[in-house]
Amino acid sequence: MAPTPRPRIRLDKKEAKTGEIVEVKALVAHIMESGQRKDKDGKVIPRKIINRFTCEVNDKLVFAVDLEPAISANPYLQFKFRASESGPVVLTWHDDDGSKIVGEEKISVS
Amino acid sequence: MTVTVSRRDALVLGGVAAVAFAIGSASPAFAKNDSAELIKAFTGGKEPATGKITLDLPEIAENGNTVPLAFSVDSPMTEADHVTDVLIVAEGNPRGGVATFHFSPASGVAEASTRIRLAGTQNVIAIAKTNDGAVFMDTKQVKVTIGGCGG
Repeated sequence: MAPTPRPRIRLDKKEAKTGEIVEVKALVAHIMESGQRKDKDGKVIPRKIINRFTCEVNDKLVFAVDLEPAISANPYLQFKFRASESGPVVLTWHDDDGSKIVGEEKISVS
Repeated sequence: MTVTVSRRDALVLGGVAAVAFAIGSASPAFAKNDSAELIKAFTGGKEPATGKITLDLPEIAENGNTVPLAFSVDSPMTEADHVTDVLIVAEGNPRGGVATFHFSPASGVAEASTRIRLAGTQNVIAIAKTNDGAVFMDTKQVKVTIGGCGG
């Protein structure tokens, strides 16, 4: 796995009218090691997952998820938000080791 | 007319039998699943009503490593009446927790989808909580051909 995987983000529209619903699809390469598997010597492989995902539009939190090991590798999330003002759509994946993967798109609202 | 069993029904019944055998032999490994505790902590002990929330999962998942899950909650998502959280638990995984989704009126609609791991055939439960504390639940059983927790 690359040290800093680049997330793939797609908005179903780049321009929206106020109040319109925008759909976001987000995918990031991540092993999501559950911490329940053992290696061939019988030692538990330490847990390493994305434990939290957030989406902020113009610094305002519109959607968040707390993830558990039961989320598949390369976590995929699809969700929606209500367009209210133009600005950056910032998606953040929080890793167990404290690191973050950040992706950004833009929405323009008229 | 005589009672006929369609090809589809026959297949489903066969599948159920096979799967029942599979869990029968494997269930001791999943003895400690904390789903009930998680649900209780989430609802504050309140009994969830059915309706409002719709959980969508395949009836049969060939690969438990990546099972598509989607849900939607019927809510106007206004300041006065909106969904705040949705808890997903899997009763047959080594641990019950799958994910907790957080919404606000800015979400516009309370729906999302992702892909989850299922260790075997089991029930998946989604519970939605609204801003006034009401809780709603939906349950789906998924038949898993190959479990998704390694080992």
